[in-house]
Parts: sequence; C-alpha cells; structure tokens
Amino acid sequence: MNRKLLSGDEAIARGAWEAGCRVAAAYPGTPSTEILESLAGYDGVYCEWSVNEKVALEVALGAATSGVRSLAAMKHVGLNVAADPFFSAAYIGSNGGLVVVTADDPGLHSSQNEQDNRWYGMAAKVPVLCPSDSQEAKDLTGLAFDISEEFDIPVLLRITTRIAHSSTVVELGERAEHPPRGYVKRPTKTIILPAFARARHVDLEGRVDRLRAYAEKTPWNRAEPGDSNLGIICDGVAYQYAREVFPGASFLKLGMVHPFPVELVRRFAAGVSELVAVEETDPFIELQVRALGLAVTGKDRLPRWHELSPRVVRRSLTESEPPPEPEQGLPNRPPALCPGCPHAGLFYALQRQPVIVGGDIGCYTLGALPPHEAMDSCIDMGASITFAHGADKALGKDDKRRRVAIIGDSTFFHSGITGLVNTAYNKSDVITIIADNRTTGMTGHQQHPGTGRTLSGEPTVEVDTARLARACGIEKVVEVDPYRPTETRKRLRELFEEPGPAVVVSKRPCALLVRLQDPPKSVDREKCVACKTCLRLGCPALTMKDGKSHIVATLCAGCGMCADVCPKGAIS
Amino acid sequence: MNVLIAGVGGQGVILFSELLSNIALESGLDVKKSEVHGMAQRGGSVNTHVRFGPRVASPLIEEGTADLLVAFEKLEAVRYLHFLAPDGRLVYDDYRLEPVPVQLGLVPGADDADLDERIARRVGKRLMVPAFAAAFKLGNQRVQNVVMLGAVSGFLPFGEDACREMVRQMVKPEFVELNLVAFDRGLELATA
Ligand SMILES: Cc1ncc(C[n+]2csc(CCOP(=O)(O)OP(=O)(O)O)c2C)c(N)n1
Repeated sequence: MNRKLLSGDEAIARGAWEAGCRVAAAYPGTPSTEILESLAGYDGVYCEWSVNEKVALEVALGAATSGVRSLAAMKHVGLNVAADPFFSAAYIGSNGGLVVVTADDPGLHSSQNEQDNRWYGMAAKVPVLCPSDSQEAKDLTGLAFDISEEFDIPVLLRITTRIAHSSTVVELGERAEHPPRGYVKRPTKTIILPAFARARHVDLEGRVDRLRAYAEKTPWNRAEPGDSNLGIICDGVAYQYAREVFPGASFLKLGMVHPFPVELVRRFAAGVSELVAVEETDPFIELQVRALGLAVTGKDRLPRWHELSPRVVRRSLTESEPPPEPEQGLPNRPPALCPGCPHAGLFYALQRQPVIVGGDIGCYTLGALPPHEAMDSCIDMGASITFAHGADKALGKDDKRRRVAIIGDSTFFHSGITGLVNTAYNKSDVITIIADNRTTGMTGHQQHPGTGRTLSGEPTVEVDTARLARACGIEKVVEVDPYRPTETRKRLRELFEEPGPAVVVSKRPCALLVRLQDPPKSVDREKCVACKTCLRLGCPALTMKDGKSHIVATLCAGCGMCADVCPKGAIS
Repeated sequence: MNVLIAGVGGQGVILFSELLSNIALESGLDVKKSEVHGMAQRGGSVNTHVRFGPRVASPLIEEGTADLLVAFEKLEAVRYLHFLAPDGRLVYDDYRLEPVPVQLGLVPGADDADLDERIARRVGKRLMVPAFAAAFKLGNQRVQNVVMLGAVSGFLPFGEDACREMVRQMVKPEFVELNLVAFDRGLELATA
C-alpha cells in the first residue's frame, strides 16, 4: 500500500497532479505557500510564482479557458487581492477545470485577520469544498476539478491552517491525464461586456441551481448516524475536534458547504433532539441552518474569534472539568529579526527620527516592535506607500514629520508599484524605502521578479527596483547598505531634509540566504561603556552581561552591524 | 499516544516531529502531526503535536492529555506543562535561550530556579537531558533534536532500531553517521 504522511498543502499538490493539472500559479502566503512549492516538484505541471494573487488567478483562468486543468493558490487575504477576477471567473466559467485554493488562518498564526473565505463562495456564486484532513484535501482537489468541468464553474477549495500544516495519512494514486481541450473562441462567454455578462449571470444562476441539486446527493455531504440526542453539523478540521469531544454523537459532515444542501440538513435535523453547528470562524453553516427555521446552537456558545481546538469545543459545549491552566508570569517569546538581518540596520537608521512611517507586510513588520518601534501602520500588502501619501496630503507642510513608507522587495512587486506611481503622479513628498533583501523572507525565501530566478530555479530577467522606481516617475533614487547603519542613518537624515519624493533602495541579501562566513564578533570589555547603542539593533545575539555588552557567539552571524554602530570601537 | 514537542524556532523541532511521526506511520498506526510555519518560526516559541494510535481524529492534543512532552529548552518546557496528562512524562533539555525582549533588557527574564521549581511542583515523571550540550560536544548543535530522539526512544512503543532506521531514511546522507552517534548519545543520557 502506498501510504504517506502529507501535509494538507502537500496533499492538495498531490491531488492536483493526480487530477492532471497542467498549470498552477500562486503568490506565497502562509499557510498556503507549500502547495506550489510541493507541486513544482512534479512533472507535467507548469508552476509559477506570480507577482500577486490577482495575477495568479488570472493566469489560472487564462489557462483553464485555454482548455487545461489549472489551479491558483493563495492565503485568505490573497483572495481579497484576487476578488475581482474571482467574481468574473464565475460568470465566464472554466472549460478546463479551474480550482482556487484559499488557505484561511483562524487564530492568526501568521496573518493580519481571521476572515472566513467561505463567504466568498457564496458572494461570487462559486461552489466551496472543505476538507477535514490531508486525504480529503487530496480527494477534494480531484473532485473540484471534476465539478469545475462538469458545471463550467471555478471551484473554491477552502482549507485552514490546521489542515494546511497538519500531516495525516494519505493513500497515493497515479496521475490521470486529461488531454487539453484546446482553446475555442467563444466571445459571449469569455468577454464579460455588459451585454454578454447579463446573459452570463442568468446562465450562472442556472449552474448554481444544478449545483444545489448536486450538493444534496454528493457522498461528500454525509450523515454519520450516532446518538440521536445530539446532532453536530460541521466542516473542515472542526469535524475532527467535535469527533474527539463527542465520539458517539450523530454527525452531518459537509464536504461541500456552498451551495448548501438544504434538504439533507432538514432530514438530519429531524432525526436529532439538539442540533449544534461547529465551524471556523464565522457562523457560515449556522446562519444557513437558521434560515431554514431550524433551532441550532453555534456561536452563541462557541467563540466567534480565534481557532477552535478540542479544548475550546469541550469547554464551550460540555460541563466538563476545566483542563489544567498554563503557568503564569512567563516571559513571552515573540518572533524577532534574525541575527544578521539587514532590516535591523535599516530600522536602527530610522529610530528616533522625525518621521511618520507607513509600514507594510513582511519580516520587516517586526520593526514595529521594540526596540525599533519604527512604524506607524500595517494594513495590507502595498499599503505603506499609499498610507504615507494619504498622510502627506492630510498633514501638509505644517507638520514637519517626514512621511516615509517602508516596503519589502517582494511586497513592492506584489502591490507597491501602483502606489509609487500614484505618489509621483499626485505629487506628494513621500520617501519610499524598499527593504530589498533579495527574497521573499517572511514566507520562507521564495523567488520573485527581483531575484532573477523562477519558482523552478531557472534564470530569468532580474527586474531592477531602482530603474523601475525611476520609470514610476521618481527621479531621486538612492541606494544604501543597511549593513552600514551609521552611514545609512546619515543619508536618510539628509534625504528627510530635502524636498520632493525619493526612493531609497536598502540592499543586502537576507542573512539566512547567504550564510555569512565571517567569524562571530566579540566585545572588548575594557572599551565598552555600556551605552547600549548596539542593543538598539535588536539583534538576538546581543545582550548585557555583568554590566557590559555581550555577544552570544553561538548566535552571532558575524555581520558587523554592531561594530559599525559602536561609538567606542569596542566591537570587532 | 499524544506527544507534544516544544522549543524555539530554529532548534529542529520540526525535523524531530517528522522523524517521530514517520516512525509511527511505519509501525502501521494512524498518525496526525500538526505544526505552525511562518511568523512563529522567526525565533518564536514553536510547538508541534504528534498523535498516533489505531485511529486519530483531532490533529491537536487537548490540554491535560499529553503522554509525553519533549522540550528543547527549559522555559518552553514550562510554557507547555499544562498539556501533560496527570501521569504524563516530561523529557526536557535544561538549555536556556532567552527570548529576545529579555535579552535586550525590555522585559524581565525567568529565573532558572523558579523554572526548576515549577517543573518539580507539577511533574512527577521527568527527565532532564542535556541534549544541546551533548550536540555541541559532538561538533554540531543542530543534532540536538536527534539526541533528544535517542533520549525519548525508550518511552515510545517502537524500539530503538525503528528510530535508527528512520534517521537513516530521513537525514541527508552526509549527516547520517553523526546523527546516529547523536541518537546513541541520547540513549546513554536517558539511561545514565
Ligand atoms: C495579500 C497577501 N498575500 C500574501 C501575504 C503573505 N506575505 C506576507 S509578507 C509577504 C512577503 C514578504 O516579502 P518581502 O516584501 O520581500 O519582505 P521580507 O519578508 O523579505 O522582509 C508575504 C508573501 C499577505 N500577508 N498578504
């Protein structure tokens, strides 16, 4: 037997490969990143890192329209970026199967919100499938392609962090080739001009009606009979938690939550005394049950925020003994910039300057925390430049704090370029700093258009951020080296004094990317005056010991930023 | 069986869990393993849940039900004590890595004696294994996780050879020998 432990992400990749997927596109984002990383390891599927999720979905739609099975994967907030083509795709339909994977993040392990993307399926009129473990993730990926082709509609596969990053046993199968259907010109279908789109909307509602009937009879929506006193209706990983806490209850397990299997739910409800909806994170199932006029318990007892767990389900729905409490008063261990991280030098240079800093999303968001506290906002990818621009327009010349944006290189390509053009075009004095560490650091070092390599590692054009910034209309473009924090600080000071917009490219590869060869630095205790200037770098290898600065040799990357900032030359 | 593994991002918690869950899979059991990637790995507190048995539902271990807590760092051991079942076992390294805010003097740190006291108060079955120090002596601190695997292997229902075999299969060829030595060192430390 070919059993293997696969994460949900790996299982989706496997499922896509087995289903004959030929084109896949994604922008990285926890917890979805490993889907494309894993799929790129299989033959017969073209895989790419697109510059953002909207692009990825459009690429997949273009490929599906051209007749091959295609997939786009993204984290939950990525679907906000891709929402525009997502809604259009429902009108247009598929031809070759089109599967969109959304990886939601209840509990905000690595995200800025807890949005529940099942709603997107309802809003865009797209079927939504929700696996409960890796085997189902693989199987439902295959099913999603079949549904997509049978009903001429994109399919949303919705997973959560605990599906994406849990490994469970999967039976591997073989690849079933689906020969390309070819591109056939069908303008009234693929061009959604108002005149055509009116008809497409009617057509879409017809497809949804047929899917409604499908949802009633698919074996993926199944009742698992048990004790008739308690009926639990659930999807995704919540099913596993509820199974753990109520092993004997009756279950209605939904693998397809949209369209909603109304009759099935009615029949199930009729056979149990109490009905409970267990789901993450919003009451998506619960509200649809209520809409049928059925009595159901759900978010009145279960929390409306953060992720579920066996403990949370037990605590919310039973009278059981409270579980043991965690130890109190322990120091937290938040994530931190790594030793040798070039962002540290940049933030050092920004500290205690008269600035308002629009921040963005990436490793460098950690610069918002002490000791740097060098950021005023973090909203969504690309919002640093636009936030600073808005602040500039609001505050005008009277407010002397310079408006600054800080954005990573991958984020700049993702959605910073349009904001930068807007800044130049609409004439504001924003200083945009591109923290260019030559990689997509936060999500584990993916290639992007500035690295000169594709997802599969092939050499390709290396888009030059400085030249791009000039083409966006910013004439003053300066390069600095964050490994020289003192000089960088001086250069920034000067720029803050000068009128007009500017782009600063702060360039140094991520320290995890180029394992530094330099030996660890050490502190000369005679020369150290304990001024703690070096600690302002926030480097995990730096600390105080017996009243003087101290470098933990086993952690030190040897980058030398601390030596650069030491006013007494005590570090070498 | 429920095994919770705790440590600090970069300590090799993930590889440990991968070895353990695959050993369980090889023995014919159902297995689920849950971990978190991304933000949490940048030097943050990391934990993975590994559950195996005839049939496993939840990938997450419920508080108060872990049979074994394996901790690569003492503060992290204490942070997850409440996951242990009343008769659960703790195997931990008393190695300390200060959280960065503590190191930078922004928040007070945890006192070593206080951590020892909390462990002693809460856990009967406990074993301290200086795995980091042992790995360092072997010339590569990154084998701390396999020293730990050797140390806990006696508390797992799989036998030493199944563990060694998985190390051979999963570790990069050039590091297999070192890791097997690390595994044996862990075994010795546990029985010493
Ligand atoms: C719309 C959206 N897509 C993806 C993500 C996940 N994500 C957060 S930051 C980031 C990229 C960071 O790369 P970069 O800008 O180069 O900064 P670095 O982490 O390297 O410092 C990604 C992909 C997100 N938060 N939002």
